[in-house]
Amino acid sequence: MSSSNDELERSGRQLEARIKKAFGRSLAIREVDSGSCNACEVEVNALTNPIFDIERFGLHIVASPRHADALLVTGPVARNMEHALMQTYLATPDHKIVIATGACACSGGIFKDCYATTNGLDKLLPVDVYIPGCPPRPQAIIQGLMVALDKMKEKAGHSTTSSKRLLDNDNGASGVAHDVF
Amino acid sequence: MNERLMGEIIASMEEELANGIKKTGIKGNHVWMTVEQSVFPKIAGHIHNSWGATLVSMHAVDNRFISSDYKLCIILALKGEDDFVTLVTSVDSKDTVFPSVTPEIFSADWYEREINDMFGLQAKGHPDLKPLVLYDDWPEGTYPLRKDFAADSRVLRIPRPYNYRNVEGEGVFVIPVGPVHAGVIEPGHFRFSVAGEPIIDLELRLGYVHKGIEKISERMPYSKGVLLAERISGDNSFAHSLAYCQAVEALCNAKVPERSRFVRCIFSELERIYNHLGDVGGIALDTAFSIGAQHAYILRERVMDINDLLTGSRFLRGVNCLGGVWKGIDERGRSKLIERLVMVKLDFQEFYDEVIGTPSVMDRLETTGVLSYEAAKDLNIVGPGARASGIDRDVRRDHPYAAYRDLSFKVPILTQGDVNARFQVKSEEIFESISIIEQALSNMPEGEPRIDIPTPEPGRTAMSLVESPRGELLHWIVSGEGKPFRHKIRDASFHNWRAMEVAVLGNIVPDFPLVNKSFSLSYSGNDL
Repeated sequence: MSSSNDELERSGRQLEARIKKAFGRSLAIREVDSGSCNACEVEVNALTNPIFDIERFGLHIVASPRHADALLVTGPVARNMEHALMQTYLATPDHKIVIATGACACSGGIFKDCYATTNGLDKLLPVDVYIPGCPPRPQAIIQGLMVALDKMKEKAGHSTTSSKRLLDNDNGASGVAHDVF
Repeated sequence: MNERLMGEIIASMEEELANGIKKTGIKGNHVWMTVEQSVFPKIAGHIHNSWGATLVSMHAVDNRFISSDYKLCIILALKGEDDFVTLVTSVDSKDTVFPSVTPEIFSADWYEREINDMFGLQAKGHPDLKPLVLYDDWPEGTYPLRKDFAADSRVLRIPRPYNYRNVEGEGVFVIPVGPVHAGVIEPGHFRFSVAGEPIIDLELRLGYVHKGIEKISERMPYSKGVLLAERISGDNSFAHSLAYCQAVEALCNAKVPERSRFVRCIFSELERIYNHLGDVGGIALDTAFSIGAQHAYILRERVMDINDLLTGSRFLRGVNCLGGVWKGIDERGRSKLIERLVMVKLDFQEFYDEVIGTPSVMDRLETTGVLSYEAAKDLNIVGPGARASGIDRDVRRDHPYAAYRDLSFKVPILTQGDVNARFQVKSEEIFESISIIEQALSNMPEGEPRIDIPTPEPGRTAMSLVESPRGELLHWIVSGEGKPFRHKIRDASFHNWRAMEVAVLGNIVPDFPLVNKSFSLSYSGNDL
């Protein structure tokens, strides 16, 4: 275990340095399951257990998209989740990082070309980073976040109005609430 | 199943019902009865109620291109025996209505809504046949599991109304939650109606992660179907792939090597241990007992780590294959596993003592989220949730598969039906699972871990029941040309979600996560 612990510590510190550089504070992540099998959620949850403990590197998984810098999306985007995913995306402040996590979010995975799914997240939203794996290991997610942060600077340089335009078209449909559970 | 038992079942029916039976057959421990549509619900109800049978599944098959009708099946497991009764009836391809079974067997409710969604067959007499999965903007007349519906169709979005249960009264408030939750969990929508603090009604709306898995399976060759089965419910990957493999092996009457049967037991129990550890940790976390929770999460990580070491997958994926397992457990793995289990056992005991020795935690667990025996029976609850409400049922013991017949273990049963009872059942099961693995490791015979099996001939039917960490799950397959013609998957959660609607009544909203965690329900397995 000890060698992999050293590895984790090393990549964690690298991640921490990047977060500091890009934000000067912690990075807040909102996770959205758009139809995964739950394995990706298990791995994202594992990041917060005492073994991986990513909070010590300045990474918080937050309860609301309004508090998030990055959206970490899992699943092939099930048709029934499209609307809720869009609303979560719009609720996240600009300039957000969108991370497609797992084979399904990257391409639709084993569920692609089906009446009830979309072939991956990038068919619906601009994706910054893809983290492959079924599911990606916690270490892979940390690695993916580093790539995302490297892109953050160039992203901040190009202001976008796309999500404002999307918001104007949103006629306040119901059905999505973010709550304490 | 023998002729005598079948005779007894038929003799116990009223004449009108017995006359409705057109054809019977026995295959292994299965009785097949083809019955008239008009007496289908009554016969099912009779076997369910008078014989104490449990509903295993109810599903339809689009047989229009073979026998120009739809087939409707109900599978019932007889009480105390390793025997099943399957009732089959025919539904006309033009007049797509059949008499509802729900008035006879209450737990058929969601099955009939699902059949209505997926096949467009309407259960006449069903109390509330609203869509289960295809709601909001699926156009009327979209029936994905019909054979003339292409799997990769793009379906238009045409809004249609969805009627939630309406709870009204002075001071009644509705709290809508989800589908996107605050925690890192799967999506689902809950509507609590509260009067002051207590919940007076809870309506669930699931189906958000519906991916069309049953339809996708119909285009997957069997060998690839194993991979799909592993992705039905991520943390129950092994149980689902095991059920799929066993069903396909049954289709071609293949006998898997002894060694693989033991290996399958070992990994099934490892999966149970890491899932239960997550659940008991979650229960501790939701009572704000963070120290205890982290203790359990460390143990869970240790078990997932040993999974990784033994198989290369933290989720035990890529282990099961048709005809056995890809990889056995070698001497090195064996000693590592034993070492890790000793550690987990000692540490878990410490965690357990820590929790039950903390009055502020126990105060939250006891008498919270009570599911009575009667409710659990009517809803056909399965798994640890059922065993905590006094239902003495465990597939590993009642319908043994893999090597469970050769292993001895206790099935913990409690009767209180509260969060504490579910916590206790899961805790005891962790110790039992460790003992099962130790037995399996010492009794495991040498030999090849797998054999080649032939491709099943088309037109055969087989099923497999597996006790997943969440409870009994079913894979039922009708074989087609090199791939399933119809693949019915029923996760434990499809039965168990209903328990939530009952168990939370009268509890305060902050106890909902606690009750939820104690049942440990899968969204993906439920929505398919």
